[in-house]
Amino acid sequence: MNPIKKLFDNIHPYIEEGGKFHAFRSLVDGFETFAFVPNTTSRVGSVNIHDAIDSKRIMSLVVIALIPALLFGMYNVGYQNALATGHLADATFWSMFCYGFLAVLPKIIVSYAVGLGIEFTVAQWKNEEIQEGYLVSGIIIPMIVPVTCPLWMLAIAVAFSVILAKEIFGGTGMNIFNPALITRAFLFFSYPSAMTGDATVWVAQDTIFGLGYQATDAYTAATPLGEAAQAGFAGFAPETIQNAVTGLIPGCIGETSVIAIALGGLLLLWTGIASWKTMLSVFVGGAATGYLMQVLGLTHIQWYEQLVIGGFAFGAVFMATDPVTSCRTECGKYIYGLLIGFIAVLVRVLNPGYPEGMMLAILLMNLFASLIDYCFVQRNINMRAKRATVK
Amino acid sequence: MSKLFSDENKAAFTSPLNLNNPIAVQVLGICSALAVTSQLKPAIVMGLSVTVITAFSNVIISLLRKTIPNRIRIIVQLVVVAALVTIVSQLLKAYVYDVSVQLSVYVGLIITNCILMGRLEAFAMQNGPWPSFLDGIGNGLGYAAVLVIVGFFRELFGFGTLLGFQVIPQFMYDAGYTNNGMMVMPAMSLIIVGCVIWAHRAYNKEEK
Repeated sequence: MNPIKKLFDNIHPYIEEGGKFHAFRSLVDGFETFAFVPNTTSRVGSVNIHDAIDSKRIMSLVVIALIPALLFGMYNVGYQNALATGHLADATFWSMFCYGFLAVLPKIIVSYAVGLGIEFTVAQWKNEEIQEGYLVSGIIIPMIVPVTCPLWMLAIAVAFSVILAKEIFGGTGMNIFNPALITRAFLFFSYPSAMTGDATVWVAQDTIFGLGYQATDAYTAATPLGEAAQAGFAGFAPETIQNAVTGLIPGCIGETSVIAIALGGLLLLWTGIASWKTMLSVFVGGAATGYLMQVLGLTHIQWYEQLVIGGFAFGAVFMATDPVTSCRTECGKYIYGLLIGFIAVLVRVLNPGYPEGMMLAILLMNLFASLIDYCFVQRNINMRAKRATVK
Repeated sequence: MSKLFSDENKAAFTSPLNLNNPIAVQVLGICSALAVTSQLKPAIVMGLSVTVITAFSNVIISLLRKTIPNRIRIIVQLVVVAALVTIVSQLLKAYVYDVSVQLSVYVGLIITNCILMGRLEAFAMQNGPWPSFLDGIGNGLGYAAVLVIVGFFRELFGFGTLLGFQVIPQFMYDAGYTNNGMMVMPAMSLIIVGCVIWAHRAYNKEEK
């Protein structure tokens, strides 16, 4: 028998009602259902047949889909550090990767510790099963903040979003807004100096355990979008766009590489977890709006450049397709995605105060998702009602 | 004397402080609660102004209640409130000019405060002057209490100060602490008001 299974079987008597460690019931339960598909299926007599894949399995697949972007993000952290300090020639691939790994790891740990801590406490308190939604949020959150974001800020933001964006609404599956984006929005509006700007935000400046390089002067690097938002911008150099596709630009940890995001996106599409309708229409909406802005002469950014710089690709693939906060109706998914792309580019081009519009666009559309669904459901009902009466 | 503090009169005073709080339970007067609470001092001044105005407009309307023709009662109420608001506004300008600048239009907007109109319509039109006075004081203080709570958190975390005095010590800032910019925005005060309502309902759950 599998040793992990044996371990859980040994633990079980302690956490039953009246057992010594009953207080940790939800914790054990959470880990067990994470490690194994639960034994219980739909009850006898139920007419519903459940898929064997439960939401923990779905969440695990999303986490796997995020891993290419995360690993590349770690490498890019080291790369940007070496580039900023002028040591690019003598830094090896592994030293850069390990540096990035060490820089990103504390954020992942803090994000999971705070978020899961709150989830476990609430589950225990309300006597419920642990909800698995935070599994994905917990890995996304470190990927959408700058590498220099202080850990205490991250902890506060995670606590804020898990409590006020999720648990208040009833936990996983009930939330109106994407908790990971709420975390980012909280950081963005609460601590703007740590989240945006062309200050020392985007590039790690210190050495960690002897790896990486200490920046002698504070090295300032703006993201390509941040530069674009400043006046007098004339257009991107071809190298910038090339780098934006591979991902070697300053930016939030996981959002830079379009290739790595595309790998994850393909997995999500292949397994059918993310809706291709939403994903496609976000890109179409963004491209069309970008083209329109270009024709109107409002921006020098080419329409296809809008799609590869900043967090557009990451948002479109991983955030807009969140099954909980996006539209459920099939037609609604098109509207939802198109509007996200439209608003994201609109904010980027027309509001110089916010160089990145993806976060705001998705949050705004989260709010309207259920309304769009309502309209389409109502339309279907009306259509059928008409069919029934006309004869 | 005992009649002055009968149970009914006491209830008129205490119930708006807790179980019938104008903000936390009736959810009235939210707009000004969001607008003036970015710091503690304007929140306190605003709370006191509303208390005074509610109390005295309640008394005046209560005295006039039998002579006011029913069809024009809202206009009469507005005239009384507007007169009191103007007096308070002038007093603020004369004695605490800096706060009155911070409060800007919101002192004038007390005229449209839903709590005031609600109390005049619901209470002062039916009750005598003394219970109306207590009711006005109670509602004003209930409103002020929530304002002070919100203002406390917003000023503490948004500016690191309380009533203008530095509370969060300098070594915290040296260690990397930063003021929370979102606390200064009205959006955060809506969230804090929400949390106050949450705590209030959770606490009073058994009594309902």
